[in-house]
Amino acid sequence: MGKATRESYGEALVELGEKYSNLVVLDADLSGATKTNGFAKKYPERFFNIGIAEQDMMGTAAGLALGGKIPFASTFAVFASGRAYDQIRNTICYGKINVKIGATHAGITVGEDGATHQALEDIGMMRALPNMTVLYPCDDYQTRWMIEEAIKLNGPVYVRLTRAKTDDVYKIGTEFELGKGVQHGNGTDATIIATGVTVGEALAAQRDLIAKGMDVRVIDIHTIKPIDKEIILKAARETKRIITVEDHSIIGGLGSAVCEVLCEEYPVKVTRMGIKDEFGQSGKWQELLAHYKIDRTSIVEELLRN
Amino acid sequence: METIAKNVRKNILKQVHAASSGHPGGALSCADILIDIYFKDITEGDKVILSKGHASAALYAVLAEKGFFPKEELETFRKLGSRLQGHPALGKAPGVDAPSGSLGQGLSVANGLALSFKMDGKNNYAYCILGDGEVQEGQIWEAAMTASHYKLNNVIAFLDHNGLQIDGSNEQVMNIMPFKEKFEAFGWYVQEISGHNFDEITAAIANAKAQDKPSMIIANTVKGKGVSYMENQVGWHGKAPNDEEYEKAINELGGEF
Repeated sequence: MGKATRESYGEALVELGEKYSNLVVLDADLSGATKTNGFAKKYPERFFNIGIAEQDMMGTAAGLALGGKIPFASTFAVFASGRAYDQIRNTICYGKINVKIGATHAGITVGEDGATHQALEDIGMMRALPNMTVLYPCDDYQTRWMIEEAIKLNGPVYVRLTRAKTDDVYKIGTEFELGKGVQHGNGTDATIIATGVTVGEALAAQRDLIAKGMDVRVIDIHTIKPIDKEIILKAARETKRIITVEDHSIIGGLGSAVCEVLCEEYPVKVTRMGIKDEFGQSGKWQELLAHYKIDRTSIVEELLRN
Repeated sequence: METIAKNVRKNILKQVHAASSGHPGGALSCADILIDIYFKDITEGDKVILSKGHASAALYAVLAEKGFFPKEELETFRKLGSRLQGHPALGKAPGVDAPSGSLGQGLSVANGLALSFKMDGKNNYAYCILGDGEVQEGQIWEAAMTASHYKLNNVIAFLDHNGLQIDGSNEQVMNIMPFKEKFEAFGWYVQEISGHNFDEITAAIANAKAQDKPSMIIANTVKGKGVSYMENQVGWHGKAPNDEEYEKAINELGGEF
C-alpha cells in the first residue's frame, strides 16, 4: 500500500517551500487532515490558518496571489468547491488570479464520514469555470510532480486529492505532461479511462481482463481540464469501445468530459461508471468502491458483460 | 478637490446615461471616498479594492481623472467589448486592482494583499470600500475576524453608509446596525466621519495608519449625493437617468465640462 495523495501533497509542499520562497499555504482548520501541517511547522511565517471560513480563505488567497505570492488554499473538496464556489468563480477565476486549491478528501473514498463530506460534483463545478485547470493525481509520485507543475502554471488550479491510501502506479522519474493522458498498454478490444483513485482499479482490471483474453488499454487522465482530446479520439478509433471510471458523479465529471470530446468528433459507445446521481454514504472506502461499482471487479464485469 | 469631485460626479452620470444602465446612487455616495484615496492618500504600491463593485462608474471616473485611461473611454461603459465592464474586471480597465461584483468578497482580498505586504516588509496599505448593505454578507465577518487575528493594521476599510439598499433601508431589509460596536467587537479600530468631507476622510486615513489594528471608517454618506432628485432615493440604486434628467443633473453640477 502506498501513500494517500493528500499525504504526498503535504510532503510536496514542505519540499517545494524550500525552492519557492513565495509559496504560501492557507487552511481552514483542517491542516492535520489536509496534511498542510507539515508546511505550517516548517514555515510558520508562510502558513495562514483562516479558521472554519472557506469563503474568506479563498478571498485571502486571492489577495496573497495579487501580492505576488503563490498560495495553496486547502480544505476538503466538498467545502473548497461548494462552500466557496462563488469566491472561486467571481474572484479567482474571473480575475485569473494565481490561486491553487488543494482539495483533499474528494469522492466516496472519504469513507466513514459519509455523504456530507464526499465531494461527488466538484470536477463538474470546477471544469465549468473559465481559466480553471483541473488536476487529479493517482499516486504519490504523480502528486509530487503535479504540485510543482501547479506552482509553475500561472493561473487558477484545482487539485483533487484523496484521503485513502492507494497503491503506487508510477515509478519515480516517470515523465508526465499537463494536459496529456498516460496510456497503459495498446489493447484494442476496449479502453478504460480513469482518473485519480480509479486509475489503480483500472490497471488491476486490465490485468484480469488480459488474463481472460480481453486486450484492453487504460488511459490515466490526470489533467481533466484541459482534457487530452487526442489520446481519447485515438482510443475511440482503435478500440471502438470506451468505459470511464471515476470516484465522482457520472454527471459533469470525467465521463461527461470524455463524452463531450467523443460525441462531437468520433462517437462510440461509452459506459460511464461512477456515482449515479445520488449521494454517497458511510462505510469503509474499499466497500464503497465495490458498492458504487467503481472497483476493479465491477470494471471487469462490465467489460465482460458487453 | 472640489473641481475633481464635480468632474467625477459628471463622469459617473455620463457613463450611466451613455450606457442606459448602471448604479448611480451608490457610485455618487462613495465617490468622495475614492477621490480622497486616489488624489490625497495613495502611495506607490497601495491597492484599492472596490468591494461594492456595482459602484464601478465611480471607480472608472476617478481612474480616468487620474489618467489611467482616456476620459473618452468612459462612454464605452457597460458596452460590448469595453474595458469598462459593468462590474470591475481585473486585467481589463487599467488601474483596477481586483475583480468585484459579487458582494462580500473584497475585504478578504484586501486582507490577503495586506498579508503579502507584511511578508515583504512593505509599508503599503490595502484600501477597501464596502457598501452598508454589503456587510450583511457573512464573508465580511469572516474577513473581519481574519484582519484582526493577523493584526492587519495595513487594512483601511470604508463603510459607505448611505443607509439604503435595493429593497429599502438597511433597517427595513435586514437590520445590521450598530456597525461601530460590531466591528469594535471584532477587534477593529472604528471611526465615524462624513463621507463627503475631504478633510475628515484624509484625517481618518492618517489616524488609521497610526493604529496597531485594522481600521474601519464608517463614512456617513448620501446615496445619489450631488444630484438633487437622486439624493436619498432608493429608486436610483440601479437606474439610468433619461436625457432630460441627465441634463438637469449636469446643470446642477455646474454644467458641461
